[in-house]
Formats: sequence, C-alpha cells, structure tokens
Amino acid sequence: MSKEKIKVVISKVGLDGHDRGAKVVASLLREAGMEVVYLGMYQTPESIIKAAIDEDVDVIGVSYLSGEHLVFTPLIVEEMKKKGLDDVLFVAGGSFPPEDIPAMKAMGIDEVFRGGSLTEGFVSYIQKHVGQKGAE
Amino acid sequence: MPQDKTADTDRERFAGVGPVKNLSGFEIKPLYGPEDIKGTEFERDVGLPGQYPYVRGVYSTMYRGRPWTIRQLGSLGPPGEANKRIRQLVDMGATGISICLDMPTIMGRDSDDPLAEGEVGRCGGVAIDTLQDVREVLAGIELDKISINFVSNSQSSVILAMFCALAEERGVPWDVLTGTMQNDVLKEYQAQKSYYFPPRPSMRLILDTLSFCMRSLPRFNPISISGYHLASAGASPLQELAFTLANGFTYVEEGINAGMPVDDFAPRLSFFFKAHNDVFENVAKFRAARRLWARTMKGKFGAKNPSSWRLRVHTQTSGSSLTAQQMENNIIRTTLQAFSAVMAGTQSLHTNAFDEAFSVPTPQSERVALRTQQIILHESGAASTIDPLAGSYYIEALTRQMEEACEKYFQTIADMGGVIAGIEKGYFQREIAESAFRYQQSLEQGERIVVGLNQYTEEEESEIRLRELDSEFERNKVAALKKFKEDRDQDLLRAKGEELREVCKGSDNVMPALISAVKAGMTLGEAIGHMREIFGVYREQAVF
Amino acid sequence: MSIRKSLNPEELVEKLLSGDRRAAARLITLIEDQSVQANGMMKKIFPHTGRSTIIGLTGSGGSGKSTLIDHLIGRFRTMGKKVGVVAVDPSSPFSGGALLGDRIRFQSHATDDGVFIRSMASRGYLGGLARGTTDVVRVMEAMGNDVILIETLGAGQDEIDIIHLAQTCLLILTPGMGDDIQAMKAGIMEIADVIVLNKADLDKANLCQSSLETIIHYGMDKKKGWIPRVVPTIAFASKSTDIRGMEELVQAIMDHQAYLHETRKIDDVRNKRIEQELGLVFKDEVEKVVFAGIKGTGKKREYIESIRAGKTDPYSVVKEVLSTFLRV
Repeated sequence: MSKEKIKVVISKVGLDGHDRGAKVVASLLREAGMEVVYLGMYQTPESIIKAAIDEDVDVIGVSYLSGEHLVFTPLIVEEMKKKGLDDVLFVAGGSFPPEDIPAMKAMGIDEVFRGGSLTEGFVSYIQKHVGQKGAE
Repeated sequence: MPQDKTADTDRERFAGVGPVKNLSGFEIKPLYGPEDIKGTEFERDVGLPGQYPYVRGVYSTMYRGRPWTIRQLGSLGPPGEANKRIRQLVDMGATGISICLDMPTIMGRDSDDPLAEGEVGRCGGVAIDTLQDVREVLAGIELDKISINFVSNSQSSVILAMFCALAEERGVPWDVLTGTMQNDVLKEYQAQKSYYFPPRPSMRLILDTLSFCMRSLPRFNPISISGYHLASAGASPLQELAFTLANGFTYVEEGINAGMPVDDFAPRLSFFFKAHNDVFENVAKFRAARRLWARTMKGKFGAKNPSSWRLRVHTQTSGSSLTAQQMENNIIRTTLQAFSAVMAGTQSLHTNAFDEAFSVPTPQSERVALRTQQIILHESGAASTIDPLAGSYYIEALTRQMEEACEKYFQTIADMGGVIAGIEKGYFQREIAESAFRYQQSLEQGERIVVGLNQYTEEEESEIRLRELDSEFERNKVAALKKFKEDRDQDLLRAKGEELREVCKGSDNVMPALISAVKAGMTLGEAIGHMREIFGVYREQAVF
Repeated sequence: MSIRKSLNPEELVEKLLSGDRRAAARLITLIEDQSVQANGMMKKIFPHTGRSTIIGLTGSGGSGKSTLIDHLIGRFRTMGKKVGVVAVDPSSPFSGGALLGDRIRFQSHATDDGVFIRSMASRGYLGGLARGTTDVVRVMEAMGNDVILIETLGAGQDEIDIIHLAQTCLLILTPGMGDDIQAMKAGIMEIADVIVLNKADLDKANLCQSSLETIIHYGMDKKKGWIPRVVPTIAFASKSTDIRGMEELVQAIMDHQAYLHETRKIDDVRNKRIEQELGLVFKDEVEKVVFAGIKGTGKKREYIESIRAGKTDPYSVVKEVLSTFLRV
C-alpha cells in the first residue's frame, strides 16, 4: 500500500439531520491521523461517490440514524460499482437493528459499526483493510 | 463544626480516593455535609411546593394530588397503524399520547416528494401529508379527554391548523383541547437541524402560534422548549439546562417585543428535558431549572401571574444512553432515569423501550416501558412524598452549583448578543460538538464506564425479536396522495396558496389562512413550500 | 478494473489526458504523498498545461471564501467553462490528520461533472497552500479545466504562496472584523487584484469600502496599471434574490484577466509561477540528493552535536555536505 495518509469521506445520506455521530467520528479519525472529507447532511449516493472519486478516498463512511440503512446501502453500493470504486471500503455506523446487519453485508457493505463502537474498533479495521479490498 | 477541621478531616479521610466528575464536569465530593449548604435559607431558596421559587415542585400537592402524566410515544408510519397503537396505549392506561412525525414530514416534504423516497413512514414516525391523515391518526380518540403531544417543530403551524380543523369537524370546541406542540426552532438551529427558514421568520411563526393558542386554545401548550435534543447531540446536563433556559428566555423576550403581555403567554410555555443516568445530577438539574425560571420571570421579565413563574416539564428518558449491546440492560437504565425524573418532579414522562436505540419498539418492549412508570408510581415510594431529596446536603449543594454555573453561561450568551446571535456564530453548535467529543474520549479512555459497551462486554448477541417494517406502505401512501391531489378543487387551492403567501409577506397571524388552506386540501409539503418562497431557506455553516 | 492495482504511470497519464477523473485524482494523491512516480508523470502532462485562468482566494476564516467560491463556480459553469477547485485546510500538528470541511459549502455542484473539487490538507506546510498545490493545479489544467479556483488556508502574513500561483488574487474581507486594518498593516493589500468586501449588509460596510478605496488610491504605485478594485458582496443569504455583487465580482475578475492579456502582463505572471515551481522542484531534488546521501548514516546527528559543541557551524557543515554530494 503506497498511500501516505488514509483518506476518508464521512457523510449523512437522505433527510436525516442527526449529525452528532458523524462529527464525532470525523474528529476521532482525524485524531488517528487520517484526512477526513466531511460532506455533512442531505447527500445522495451520487454526490457521495463523486466526492469519493475526486478526493481519491480509501474509505466511504456513512452515518445512518433514522431507519434509512436498508434503502440507501444498496444504492451506494450500486453507484460505487458503476463508477469502478471496487477497491474503496464502504462502512457505516449508527443506529439499526442487529438483525439488519447481515442484510446490509449481503447488499455489499464492507463493515457495520453499531452505535457505541469505540474508535479502536473502526480505526484498526480501516488501517487493516485499506488497500486490501479487491486485491488478489 | 469549624470549617477548617472538617476540610482537614476530609482530606485525611479521603486521601487516596480518586476524583469523580459528573457529566456536567463538576467534581463530586466523597461526602457532603452541612458546610456544603451553608448560606442556603430554606424559606427563600427552597421553599414549599407550589410556591415561589418552586424548587420543590410546581404544584402544592404534586403527585399526592395527581400523578404525572404517563405519556408514551405512539406512532407508526401508516396513520392507520399509528391510530391502532394510540388506542392500545390509551387502553393500557396512558393519559397522554405523543405523535412523532416521519422524516419527510419533519423536513416539510410530502410523501410523494422525490426527496422523500425511501423514508416515508420509517423510524416510528407518522407520515402526515393531509388533513385526512390527521383524521386517521386520531380516529376514535376523544380529543377532550386525551392530551395530545405533537412532536412537530418547523411544521407546527401546519400541524396545528390540521388539528384545529379536525376538532372543528368533530364539534369539539378549541378551548377544551389539551396537549402540546414542541414547536421550538431555536434548538433546531443548535442541535436537531430540522429547520427550514432563517431565524426571524421561524420566530414569527412561533409567535403566531403562541398568540393564536393564547386566544383560542388556552389549555394547549403551544411550545415545549426542549433540552432533550441538545443533550442527545452531546450537550452535558449543565449545558442542556443553560441553553434550554436561555432559549426559553429568548422566546419570552420575543413575545414581549411582539406586544404580547408576558402573563398572557408565559403560563403556557412548557419544557422538555432529558432524564439521564445520574439520578442525583438529574434531580438537581430540574430543581435548579425551576428556581432559575421563577426568579428570572418574576425579576427580569416582571411577570405577575404565578403561572408565569412555574416551569412545567415533560421528560423523556435518555435514548442516547441506550446500548445495542446487551439490550436488556436498557430496562435498568430506563428505570433509573424514570425514577430520577419522578423524584425531580416532572409533569409528564415518556419511558423508552429497551430496543428503542435502533428500532421501532415491539408491543412487548413498549409494555415493559409503560409498566416501568406504573411500578415506580405504585411500588417504589418515589411518589409518596413531594421532593423527597430536598434537604439532602448533596442535592441542595448540587442544585446551587448548577444554578451558579448556569448564570455564567447566561452572561456569556448575553455578551455575545443573545441566543440568535450565538446561533449565527455557531457558539452552541461548537459547545455541543466539543462536549460530544469529550464524552466519546472519556469512554475511549475508560474514564467513564458504560456497562456492556466498554466494560463487561459480551460476544454473543441477545436473542430479542424485533418488529418488521412494512415497505408496501410507502408505495400505497404515495399512490393515495397522488389521487388525493388530483381530486381537489384546484382553483380553490390556488387561491388559498395566494392567500397564504400574502399573509406570510405581511404581519397578520398565519393560522387562520393555514386552517382554511388545509381544509381546502392543501398538503403539508405545499404549505411549507409556499412559506419557503416568502421566507427563504436557512443554510448553516458547519461547525465542529 | 481497479485503478489502484494498475499503477502503470503511462496508463495513468493517458487516462488523465483523456478525461478520466479517477486517474487525475490518483495522480494528485501521488503528488501529495511526494511519490517518486509523480515527477515522471508531471513531465508528461506538463505540455498540456499553462492555459487556464487561475484565481486565488485568500481571507480569514469566516469571511465567506467558500460561499463566494460556490457562487463563482456557478457563474463560470453558466458560461460553459469547466472548473477545478483546490481547497486547503490545516493538518493537526499533533496527529497529522485533518478535517477537510470545505466541500460542504459547494453543495450546489455536488453532482456536476464539469466541476472537480479537491480538498488538500496542509500537512505542516506553511504558506497558506499545501506543498503540492502548484503541481495539483497543473494536473487540473491538464484535465481540461478552464478556470481553477484556489482557496487558501486562511489569511495571515504568511499566506504568500498564492501570489506566485494565481493570476488574479482575491482578498476577502468583511466589515468590522478588523481584517481591513490587519490587511493594511501586513501589506496584503498590495497582493490583491480584487478586494471583496463580503457581508456588505453589515454595519459600517460603506465606511469600510470608502476607507479601503482611499488606502488603495493613496498607497498604490500609479505606474502599476491595474488599480485593485473593491467589490462589495453579499454571498450568503436565505433567499437567492438577496445575494449581491456576484456579477460585479465576475466582471472584476474578467476585467483583470483582460488587463493581463492586453498588456501582456500575463506573461510576467506566468513567468513568476514557473519561477516559483522551478525553485520548489530544485529545492526538492537537491534535498533528496543530499538527504539520500546522509540518511541512515547518523551523520546528521553528528553534525548537530558538533555545532552545539562549538566545533563547527551550520555554514561549514552545509559547504562540506554539498561539496561531497553535489561536487560544488
């Protein structure tokens, strides 16, 4: 892996305006030495992937807090496939029934971090898996 | 006992005992004694319940006269489902109902709005587009017996219009309607972010609803000044207290500036706080709130009516404290929080279901939540006497501490030019974001323990059944809405739209025009759309 | 096919020149990381650069740079131009990480493929830009962007990098923030071709504007030819009809560009840019050679201790090192 800094895009998608988690995670990732592009609220799968491409990120991180996880996850995965982002990690955090996690993974998300997850968990996940996705 | 001797004895006794800070950042002593409440004059500072400054409670008999209102959230996406749930809760003994809106409605969009796709009726919120939806939600509910709380904010004027139109239809006079609307836009800018218009027009709408209720719905609380959302966004209990009260005072000031005599509207202002885990800090927070409110209303704002001095509160147990890990632990958290709220003297209470952290509750979990309140009421002794913790050295000291710290915040806000200036400067958003970050760090570093989360963790997941959501609903709702829109009198609608825009441009109260518009079939999204044209759209500058 | 796997420099450059955004984005990352491959690729794309309009925006946080850029992007887009944007944010000196929050202000262009926005962390580089910004701008030119907007970190006395890189420099001030006085003191006024007085609806805006214009009038070298223009604007408003000054701002930029081209001053500007780039590349390459020689040998430490002990001095050390590695 030849990149100096891990670059992450953090975004909310859809109409939900609860951004506490997204902001805290963005700050924590910065503390962990990563460069975080914060997109804020009301993004669409298209706007997120466009940012991911232009900013050449390693990770797309989305915060789901109002039940939109099963709606938007496949849309984001589809857009990533369409634009050739098969080596970019797609992770999500927030609030959803544990029962939905297998469904989300089946849809193509790489990892899901339930609310309350500690930094260590997602930081080490990212550090371990960046650059590995799509590698033979 | 001389001060010095106690301090020395304490230092000796507690040498080697590590420091403990509560969430508000206050250091909690291992032991509190008489010296900690020195200077407190009980009659002046604490007094009696139902008497100024209301520290011990806003009513003289409190729960001995009448228990707090058990007010549970009763919403599910389809209006028909919501109605079923509401009726169930009423049958089980709830005397008040809270109705939550779905995300599109919260953002002022109809179910058929392209932006609403995928989000209609989700997350325990009702999709309200039209007066017909409100009819369905409240079918068979006696409007003069059940207290309805609409968890609505920027769309409150429209929801209120629909509620009034419904009551009229049913022949229920407006002046017997009881309930609340959240209708607190200041906290939206600070925390929840479901604002539409810039602060000035938003304030105008709130004042319109206030004065309308003053005249026509005297038993309805038109605003629930909320701290809950600030706390959920990361505000500490102290910040929740300070910012909520500051917001409250801002509404009072605005009302007075708009020409409303303070004693006409202040009695109907109510509050919405969070009950978090620290039982004692919570009680102190409520008591300090009552004292600060009473003193400021009487002093600074010159209110003469005792009802204006009384701070009435609806409480919800802390959703953000619930963990997805070992969900059953949440029952205990909710119990402690509810217990605290009762000892703090809340007027109404919502207890969270243990799975509420990430799903719409099942009937089973909702029942546990309801029973929690009933057990506290009948079995715990918390309601047997008024303000049971009064006189405790700890509680009285903490109450005073919170009050003093609050006044410092008030000064900072005043120096900044007031709450709206603070919002525009990003002050509240920054304070809250910093608190949120510090809290997370305290968990990471193990300074603060959350059971099941950073200690006593388990590998296996709990086997608890969760509710399935109906995704057919969105399709049906959109189709029904489309048909509804086609079947309306288009000319009448256009005229109502014109009328609404004219009123918005001017300074007349918007409520009559809104009521007439919703009766003609104007949807919520359309009404908000007209207002957006005239008032503009607010965009915040993101703050970390 | 994953682009990370195929890091063939030839392919990357080819893709970039044919309009592949991902290739361009990837190259920018290599530039930021000061990757060895980057230089080779820069050589190849260089011939395709040098023709875009480059506009720099500097001003303290809160002055409204981002919002102005948002509007400018829109204006240039309606003119049918492709736009590239570089937005710089500070890296944390402690963690080395960064929060890049400028994109959030450019929401109206979030899905427009005629707009390419790249956020860059300063990575400890002082000067208001990131170390690789000059190269990144070249990449954006090679991509086919007609206009490139650069938003500096903030505004301070050390924000001088932008003047070498941008053809038209905008300084964003707001009334009553004391910026105007600071700006005067720092001489930043001499750098700006256009001074944007944003939030012109605030108190004392008119006063501020007149005092700025007075300073310019008296302080400017009359021979200079272009007199910095003060443009009042209101970039942020809840109703789009309340936004002010955007036409005038674009006009000012176009006028300055016209002036540069008509008087051939554009050549001086381009020369300055090249001069700066040359300097940077020299510095980089020399450092690489020198440090390649010393790295891992412990010599650097030895030198430092020696100087501290009074046995030698920095000048002698450098002379010795250079004569060893560069045969100077």
